[in-house]
Amino acid sequence: MNTAVVVFPGSNCEHDVVYALETLGGSADLVWHRDTDLSGYDSVVLPGGFAHGDYLRTGAIARFSPVMGEVNRLAAAGAPVLGICNGFQVLCEAGLLPGVLLQNRDLKFICRPIHLRVESTDSILTRAARVGDVLEIPLNSYEGNYTASADEIASIETGGYVPLRYSSSTGTVDTDSNPNGSTNNIAAVSKSNVAGIMPHPERAIEEILGSADGRVLLESFLQSRVAVNV
Amino acid sequence: MADTRTVTVTIRRRPSISDPQGATVARALRDLGHEVTDVRIDKTIELQVPDGDVETIRARVAEMCDRLLANPVMEDYEILVSS
Repeated sequence: MNTAVVVFPGSNCEHDVVYALETLGGSADLVWHRDTDLSGYDSVVLPGGFAHGDYLRTGAIARFSPVMGEVNRLAAAGAPVLGICNGFQVLCEAGLLPGVLLQNRDLKFICRPIHLRVESTDSILTRAARVGDVLEIPLNSYEGNYTASADEIASIETGGYVPLRYSSSTGTVDTDSNPNGSTNNIAAVSKSNVAGIMPHPERAIEEILGSADGRVLLESFLQSRVAVNV
Repeated sequence: MADTRTVTVTIRRRPSISDPQGATVARALRDLGHEVTDVRIDKTIELQVPDGDVETIRARVAEMCDRLLANPVMEDYEILVSS
């Protein structure tokens, strides 16, 4: 069984994702956004980039790409569906995850390694990690400021849907360690078998790239695949 | 043109949603010596649609807003059908 890595016009991290998944023992194919048959795939990644140029709002047009019908079907069938960066924005627009990603608090494009603290291991991103682990992963976004209504934030927090928060290198979660203004330092949201993460684990899987801390997140994703009836 | 009508949609961030772009522009205006307490930057979308009953047009454009043009998590919209 294979992971489908969706390519929208404007995606630009799809090859990194395929490389990372294959390096970690998975197998993955690139799938064009007009494809309407993902039978044979047991998991999906929506990679980073600028799908449809980010026109209107990030993810606003991508959510209507023909492939999204299949992404919804796989999500409903229990297959792990992971959105990274722009893919996270698409999942929010598609209503598969709550909330929205606004421009960064300081209106700067952020492109640097940041730290994440593992808050919960009950997610397709962190099941192989340990609570309290601090991971160093690159962040690369302008619209990374996670926001939702007060009611939604309350339900996200009480539901335990936050597997990762922005932190200092020692694991302190506060305003100083919040790179983009995300509510409660939320860096990833995970609901059942669907998750979105703003930083790029696929760019941190080998020490030669500066960090291999992304491995545990993508290994968690690969381990989350189950025999789904697709 | 008689057979089309102009519809103007204004999309605004909800008051509870921060607008860092607006806040930056407000600061810049204050730096220039203007008295400004708040700035919000909105989006305006102008559509040409087939002419017809105004309420029907309004309902269709509302559907466009709900499905694609606006995100209800962060935005409200206002529809102005030209007379």
